[in-house]
Amino acid sequence: MTGLAFLILFVAVLAGYALNRMAASQIRAGGGKLHSLTGFHGLYSALVVGVPGLIVILLWLAFQGPVIDRSILAGLPEDKLSGLDSGAVSLVLAEIKSIARGQVFGTPEDWKLAAAQTMAERTASARLALVVVIAVLCIALIAFSRSRVSAEFRARHGVERIVLGLMIFCSTIAIFTTLGIVLSLVFESIKFFRMVPVSEFLFGLRWEPQIAIRADQVAGQGAFGVIPVVLGSVVIMIIALIVAVPTGLFSAIYLNEFASPRARNIIKPLLEILAGVPTIVYGFFAILVVAPFLRSAGASSGLDVSPNTALAAGICMAIMLIPFISSFTDDALSAVPRSLSDGSLALGATRGETMMKVLFPAAIPGIVGGILLAVSRAIGETMIVVMAAGIIAKLTINPLDSVTTVTVQIVTLLIGDTEFDNPKTLAAFALGSLLFVITLGINILALRVVRKYRELYD
Amino acid sequence: MSDITNTPASPARAFDWKAPDYQDRIRRRRRSELWLRSAGLVSITLALGFLALMLAALTVTGYKAFTQTHVRLDVPIPAELVDANDIAGSNWRRVMQGAISAEFPDLEGRTLRDITAMLSDGAQYRVRDTVIADPSLIGKSVAVTVPMSDPFDQLAKGLVDRATPEANRRVSDAQIAAFDKLAAEGRISRPFNTALFTNADSRFPELAGLKGAFVGTFYLLLVCFGIALPVGIGAAIYLEEFAPKTRLSDLIEVNINNLAAVPSVVFGLLALSVFLNWFGLMRGSPLVGGMTLALMSLPTIIIATRAALKAVPPSIREAALGIGASRQQVVFHHVLPLAMPGIMTGTIIAMAQAIGETAPLLLIGMNAFMTSAPATPFESATTLPTQIYIWADSPERGFVSRTSAAILVLLAILVLMNGLAIWLRRKFERRW
Repeated sequence: MTGLAFLILFVAVLAGYALNRMAASQIRAGGGKLHSLTGFHGLYSALVVGVPGLIVILLWLAFQGPVIDRSILAGLPEDKLSGLDSGAVSLVLAEIKSIARGQVFGTPEDWKLAAAQTMAERTASARLALVVVIAVLCIALIAFSRSRVSAEFRARHGVERIVLGLMIFCSTIAIFTTLGIVLSLVFESIKFFRMVPVSEFLFGLRWEPQIAIRADQVAGQGAFGVIPVVLGSVVIMIIALIVAVPTGLFSAIYLNEFASPRARNIIKPLLEILAGVPTIVYGFFAILVVAPFLRSAGASSGLDVSPNTALAAGICMAIMLIPFISSFTDDALSAVPRSLSDGSLALGATRGETMMKVLFPAAIPGIVGGILLAVSRAIGETMIVVMAAGIIAKLTINPLDSVTTVTVQIVTLLIGDTEFDNPKTLAAFALGSLLFVITLGINILALRVVRKYRELYD
Repeated sequence: MSDITNTPASPARAFDWKAPDYQDRIRRRRRSELWLRSAGLVSITLALGFLALMLAALTVTGYKAFTQTHVRLDVPIPAELVDANDIAGSNWRRVMQGAISAEFPDLEGRTLRDITAMLSDGAQYRVRDTVIADPSLIGKSVAVTVPMSDPFDQLAKGLVDRATPEANRRVSDAQIAAFDKLAAEGRISRPFNTALFTNADSRFPELAGLKGAFVGTFYLLLVCFGIALPVGIGAAIYLEEFAPKTRLSDLIEVNINNLAAVPSVVFGLLALSVFLNWFGLMRGSPLVGGMTLALMSLPTIIIATRAALKAVPPSIREAALGIGASRQQVVFHHVLPLAMPGIMTGTIIAMAQAIGETAPLLLIGMNAFMTSAPATPFESATTLPTQIYIWADSPERGFVSRTSAAILVLLAILVLMNGLAIWLRRKFERRW
């Protein structure tokens, strides 16, 4: 039925286009002087029919499900839902839905069967109503746009206004996305902080989110102190930067100053390959090669190395960051005007001295900005740590121990069933807010550094 | 001036380059030069070494998954076990056991069951389908080539060390003996593992394939492309060609730049609470995944499109305006077609990034175990990276090499897409 609605809309768009175009051609054939080309008359009709039609269908589809669910829940017998929390209610609703789809497990109670019956009927009639509404709307809009065709009608202006409106809408999607992220994080976090106090979350030293979902489960009491989790993120980030920053910097220096153009043309794309590898590949590399290697190296030197160390995750994250830092540094070095290095070389400085005493200091703001962005990437990186780091939060800075990170906790808390009314799920959103705020702060700082300290040579 | 003229023309000061302290200084300078140069070389070698090591490790563990051990068996189809009226419902497990016991007549009981375990769980279905296609086979015997189960596959590929004590091995001595007997008869073969590409996921490594992931990824990219390209181009055209310098357009630009730096897992949280929880869309469907990744790739596409639009010289715009085109006609008839190669290059690169994205897809449930490929974008499905994640988490030995193989396939797709982008750029790029 939904497909039929789209089909009707599509046909109506074509029909509107053809009708208006033919009407305009007739006026011209009859000696009238058109303001706009015939094609614009057609396009005007197509847009006038298509845009509202599409909006109606999408809104209808977005709200049909929730509206029917509400009406079904409201229509249930009074005593059935009293005393149930929202999780149990959504379970009941899910059962009714699956019965309505024809998947019956066991023998459900009569009132559920009745509700499922109503739901199936209402869904069917809602779909039928959608088709009818779309058909009526299309006919009305075709008639409206057809009635506007005349020699004086400025169809091109109409078309251009609609297209401009569509383009403005497209560019505001970025704002809506940011707004959506902020609002969803804030709302779910507020729910979380109603159950767990903010001070406990921010300053607590224990993170044990595996609390009981059902009353009969055996689980811990639950503790939501974020310090050990953040510490884990920081430990892995520092390990990654210790490896990646010097490697990236020296690679960029070599490529920029010493490498022959041919070597540069080969090495740069190879480094870019490293940047394009999906992070899940690094994660698998960590558990396939790096972690076993560290473990056997630890065993041979008598160290106790856990199976998923912060070190393994940090090293693999460093591989991911090397090309990032190197390309940022390369750009910053290339942005320094040639006259500076020429002047330095002319005074008798070696290439190395030119680099270290002239180019590098001039490029430092750009490089620091790049490193800050690398920090934000390292903290926000998910798949490497999900696969290579641990799940248990420990208050440790030992790189050979297993630590967990903010992103790992978000993923582990949300994989599997998610009910939006227990602190375990909502904690993920609180962590997400924290992550969002931290990375946003670092990014803004990075941009500031680049803008403020960039020397202008022009 | 006077002091210059008064100074007697001094003879060029004889500079003793050979003096020990100067020699020393030159040596020091050369040494630090050399040091910097070698530090750079070591760093590059290190970075490229990591790349080489990673590819080597993936190839070494992964290439074996591209073949699968098969065994050729004569399976008797006894009429007492297979009911001609209900072929599909017959006890095919017993039929397969019968085939093994015909092969090894002196075995029975537990050992027989152990040996039968060499056949993949899918073997009985292959025999069943052969018989359903030709019911006259009942009472005769069928010669089939069926996949072997994972432990025997590992044995055939030399991944099982026969020297380890039997208790620590996944295959018993009796199983090895049976395998060697079949191998000696030349009935074990290792053809190309087509199942890796034609099967969907399975609990059994020898039957698991990537078809579901391919279809899921395809639908996801379709949705992502269908949303991100028009929206991205529309936004970029507005911002580059029409937007007045107002608060709003500044806000939009800041937003786009910030979105590009938001961690991907946060987009997963957005999708979870808006698309799944609020709109009630299907959990784990390529539709939701594609919408999420479309939001993520928007900044990349917008930035690439704006760069491509900027590269079109103003003389084109002025010429078109000069002969009476409206501003939109200028853009849609002249600037946009000229910018298209650059836009497509940027879009392909954005799609290549989207293919490898995993974290947001885990949050919206695209890592569910699915034994069939999705028929529409509205059903629960997996994608290549989430399939890799599922396999990497599976304990069976056979999944290690399959994970590597899947990663190699993913990397091959990425190389293809980036190659296409480079080719497009080379072929259509115009310098003005």
